[in-house]
Amino acid sequence: MDQVTDGGGQSTAGEAGGAVTRWQIISFAGLVLLLFVGVPVIFGKLPYFITVLTNAAVLSFISLGVWITFSIGRMNLAQGAFALVGGYVTAVLATRYGISFWVCLPLSGLVSAGLGALIGWPMLRLKGVYFAMTTLSLTEAIRLLALNGGDITKGATGIVSVPPPGAIRILGLTVVPPFSSANPMPYYFLASAILALGLIAVWRLSTSRLGWVFRSLRQNEDLATSIGINVARYRVTAFSLCCFMAGIGGAFFVAFQQNIYPSTYTIADSVNFLLYCFLGGLDYLFGPVVGAFLLVISFELLHAVQDYQALIYGVLMIFCMLCLPNGILSLRLRRLGERQHSKT
Amino acid sequence: MLLNGVVLAVNYALIALGITLIFSIMNILNFAHGQMFMIGGFVVYYSYGLFRLNYFASLVAVVAVLGVIGWCFETFFFRRMRKMATREENAMLLAVGTALLLENLALSFFGEKQRGVPPVVSGVFKIGDAFLPAGRLLVMVLALILIVGLLLFVQYTKLGRALRALAQDREVTYLMGVNVDRVAALGFALGAALAGLAGGLLMTVFGINSGVGTVYSIKAFIMIMIGGAGIVPGAILGAVVLGFAEAIGYALLPGSVTYLLIFVGLIVFLLFRPQGLMGKPWG
Repeated sequence: MDQVTDGGGQSTAGEAGGAVTRWQIISFAGLVLLLFVGVPVIFGKLPYFITVLTNAAVLSFISLGVWITFSIGRMNLAQGAFALVGGYVTAVLATRYGISFWVCLPLSGLVSAGLGALIGWPMLRLKGVYFAMTTLSLTEAIRLLALNGGDITKGATGIVSVPPPGAIRILGLTVVPPFSSANPMPYYFLASAILALGLIAVWRLSTSRLGWVFRSLRQNEDLATSIGINVARYRVTAFSLCCFMAGIGGAFFVAFQQNIYPSTYTIADSVNFLLYCFLGGLDYLFGPVVGAFLLVISFELLHAVQDYQALIYGVLMIFCMLCLPNGILSLRLRRLGERQHSKT
Repeated sequence: MLLNGVVLAVNYALIALGITLIFSIMNILNFAHGQMFMIGGFVVYYSYGLFRLNYFASLVAVVAVLGVIGWCFETFFFRRMRKMATREENAMLLAVGTALLLENLALSFFGEKQRGVPPVVSGVFKIGDAFLPAGRLLVMVLALILIVGLLLFVQYTKLGRALRALAQDREVTYLMGVNVDRVAALGFALGAALAGLAGGLLMTVFGINSGVGTVYSIKAFIMIMIGGAGIVPGAILGAVVLGFAEAIGYALLPGSVTYLLIFVGLIVFLLFRPQGLMGKPWG
């Protein structure tokens, strides 16, 4: 319906993925160019704005995980929980054992993914609102776990002064210089790299067989079972992928802000990740990215209304559901579709 | 300890019944239920605590305010949503949005302070060797009356029958000549009012602040997951289980560990019975 493809024979109206579309390639290349060249050139002298963009990039990376669980038809409200887990893994490993951030980062993702698989196995048997309810409770449960973690998580005081990422040296050659909290630029590049890699990975995923399997789970799990798809395994795969991304994002923010508290990620954050996905459009791979950047940047620009940020998020969410149920990207694609139709 | 469990269980049953009512009629999970609870508490705080109204009059005010909120939500948001929804998630996200809206409106209007009211009745009853403050007893009795009243209303009145019919089958209810839109709005208002009443009652025991909404929403979810969603006896059973678990846990364990254990228990429980205690098997 709305989806414009130049591949022809694309029958899944409104679905992301499928054949790689020209639009996706163009917008992806444009995004990468903007992230790595455009922004540093234009905003290089404005560390504050770079910080904002760094936030937006990693937030959209985390939301991309939520997008994956949306693609299997589950509404995931536990993303904040797994970001918290990832954050604590990095914080604990870095402060207690002095392990390098570059080891902690993937490790955080893996721990989150493992935990996600463990909890997800029973939880993913639930559907619809039941799954949403349990994941919402999980966000609260993990927060309580962090609060009662005793010496490991240091309770409500949190873990502070986490060392910034160090240098990477290969054969005595400094590939990545050590980070410092004074200069946001390296963090920005790391965040952009994470986002770009995440986008490529999810893009590949959604066009591969796995992506089609995920979408078949969204439409009808029984039918998917009947054609021999191991439903339980695939939905756990999707969920742990999502948790992996949350873990990475959480670990990044620990290094970026150098602290973590049990209240760093609450239910409100889990809801915000959903909102980013939704505002951008659930059917589009770039949905979470567009949503996150748009909201994060516009709120940084509008200092005056920042006190009411959460309130505006609520209003926006309701407005979005009632007037724009397919997200911002659906507007553009629909217009484009009409133009193409009139041409032919 | 056990008496506390009873008081909690009865009030939680009010919350669980409200959310069950909305869920079974509309097939919408009311994420804003805890926020409605919180607003109910604040209505009591202002009308009874500040303006010195009679406590029962302020409970009536709670019903009026929350009823209007619930009615508006259904009429202006969820009805439109049902007519144009393309995915199941839409209604859920809309509900989450209403929760955000209510919570932050409350934050801007009521502030972040913990609010309490003077006790409605004073005195302590001694039952066996346990002491029960009269305020808690009052709250318990009122909640019990409300629950029985609600069950009778749903069972025996014409409107109650229409609500039950709507829960069973929407299309057929249309065919029976029921004004579905009106009944649905009334059902939503009733559910919201129940949440608010629970807030108004428990407010006298624990006090209230703008942040408790999410906590009570989660409690409501836990209850209906224990009992089975959309099932009235299940909701009451879930409330009893949660009320006692909480009362016993708080007496024996330090603060938030109780909830941690409840969550762990819930996830393990769902492993064996994803449909809840009384729910029919599905999916």
